[in-house]
Amino acid sequence: MSPRLTTPAALFALLLGLMALTQTGILGQYEQTILSTMGIYMILAASLNLVNGYMGEFSVGHAGFMAVGAYTSSVVGVYLFVPDPFFGQPLLPMDLAYLAFPLILAAGFVAAALVGLLVAIPSFKTRGDYLAVITLAAGYIVKSALENIDVVGGPRGFMGMKKVVMGMEEMISIPWMLIWIFIGVVFTVWILRRFVYSTYGKGVMAIHQDEVAAEIMSVNTNKMKLVAFMLSSGLAGLAGGLYAYLIGFVNPASFTILRSTECLVMVYLGGMGSLTGSILAAAIFTLMLEFLKPLEQLKWVAIPMLLIVLMQFRPEGLMGNRELSDIFPKLKRFYRFK
Amino acid sequence: MALLEITNLTQRFGGLLAVNDLSVHLEGRELCALIGPNGAGKTTVFNLVSGFYQPSDGSIKIGGVDTRGMKPHQVTALGVARTFQNIRLWNDMTVLDNIKVSQHYRLGYSLMDSLMRTRRYIDREAAIDRTAMELLEFLGMRELANEFPPNLAYGTQRKVEIARALSIKPKLLLLDEPAAGLPSSDVVELIKLIEWIHKEFDLAIWMIEHQMTVVMSLCQWIKVIDFGATIAEGTPEDIRNNPVVIRAYLGDENI
Repeated sequence: MSPRLTTPAALFALLLGLMALTQTGILGQYEQTILSTMGIYMILAASLNLVNGYMGEFSVGHAGFMAVGAYTSSVVGVYLFVPDPFFGQPLLPMDLAYLAFPLILAAGFVAAALVGLLVAIPSFKTRGDYLAVITLAAGYIVKSALENIDVVGGPRGFMGMKKVVMGMEEMISIPWMLIWIFIGVVFTVWILRRFVYSTYGKGVMAIHQDEVAAEIMSVNTNKMKLVAFMLSSGLAGLAGGLYAYLIGFVNPASFTILRSTECLVMVYLGGMGSLTGSILAAAIFTLMLEFLKPLEQLKWVAIPMLLIVLMQFRPEGLMGNRELSDIFPKLKRFYRFK
Repeated sequence: MALLEITNLTQRFGGLLAVNDLSVHLEGRELCALIGPNGAGKTTVFNLVSGFYQPSDGSIKIGGVDTRGMKPHQVTALGVARTFQNIRLWNDMTVLDNIKVSQHYRLGYSLMDSLMRTRRYIDREAAIDRTAMELLEFLGMRELANEFPPNLAYGTQRKVEIARALSIKPKLLLLDEPAAGLPSSDVVELIKLIEWIHKEFDLAIWMIEHQMTVVMSLCQWIKVIDFGATIAEGTPEDIRNNPVVIRAYLGDENI
């Protein structure tokens, strides 16, 4: 088989396998939820890695962008397909939901990318700690704004998304959310990889390593920052949209600084500037959260402890800035994923 | 048209007059120097030419284009490349990538091309890769292509930085103390390299340098500044015997 086709074939097989496992009941509702959460965390970690890992800025407002995506996708989906006291009767029949779902997610992506501008523009002149404070503030602005918009339920939150998912499942009975999240993860890794491996995208790494040299050697640093922030926040918005439809309910309390911190933990656990690392870290982190559930509140002692230990003994994270193909160069013979 | 036309350039930092009413005219193809004691404002002049600072007064024209209000990357696209006093290579990128990323102003494809891997993207990336390798080959640094700069000797890093600047295809190459920190054997090699570059590439070189052996053996024309103002200019012969220059460097004998 041509190396160009290995990755799509393997991914397709994985998706089919997952579907078979769910249809036969081997993967129950509980396992599906864990896998779906894992996927959402993968998108969050990989997208944050673009800014924090590849570009070397310290963004701590990722949950804010996720919230924008989650709310936008929710409102668009409910407006189009679900009768709502505020939005009135749906515009489209539920039968179309499964076709329109990518557009619903795209709306979340675009909205979050636009809010990403809020952070990108100050980043032209601000760096490091100061930019971190700006991203922190942006996260709070989003959360506080949502708490004060009555149309989306204010602090009580917004729902109705479950009906869209149920509508899709009525049409064709497959685990829709798991499939969408799977596609979302593949899309995220695919787009980020293509970006950071192009000479264009390497401008982002030039900014990380020496911004003055980047500007002098003809890299339009402002434009690169704009692109990186918008891509990163847009993908966070995609994760938000998927999260909203997975849980079926969004409220501002889901998108606090704690959520942003989780994203940061995954990026540093996996290694800055390694997409493989982010994916791996998201998987480990989700499983850790799940298996340490019996500890209840104490798990928030145990997980940070593990992080401290990791930072002591492996400060570059699990993967450093290497990718899977750097560790197993022989793999390159079998696949090409660019 | 003049390659570089600096007229009455003045730069103030608060109360400090860093550059004072400086004028320079380069026709193209020159090999010349800007010298002066420490703190004379030499690097400030280079920072102004490359667009890092906006001049308080006066104008800089490159190939007839006034650079006021331009960002450094736009000035670079006009054909001005420079190196730095302290080497500023991207250390986590290979030498080849250092050169490829410096082609940003003429990538010839957009973000969408890079995400969709269009024909244009594939062709342009191949062309960029090829020209970068050709340049390294031409400079005799082909075997360094996949090395990371921190693994190279200091003198080699300087050469890589010059190669990166050349990859811009500059009309004007600004070298900020190319010989700083080099052992004397490497300095001889550097002089040969600069001479060769000046012969082989169609460009003008303007350098800041403290080592007089480099300046005197290479440059046709020297400008001397002190406290931001011109105190002398002329051929190496004129400068060597100019009492004003000697006083600026060595101090007044009456002290």
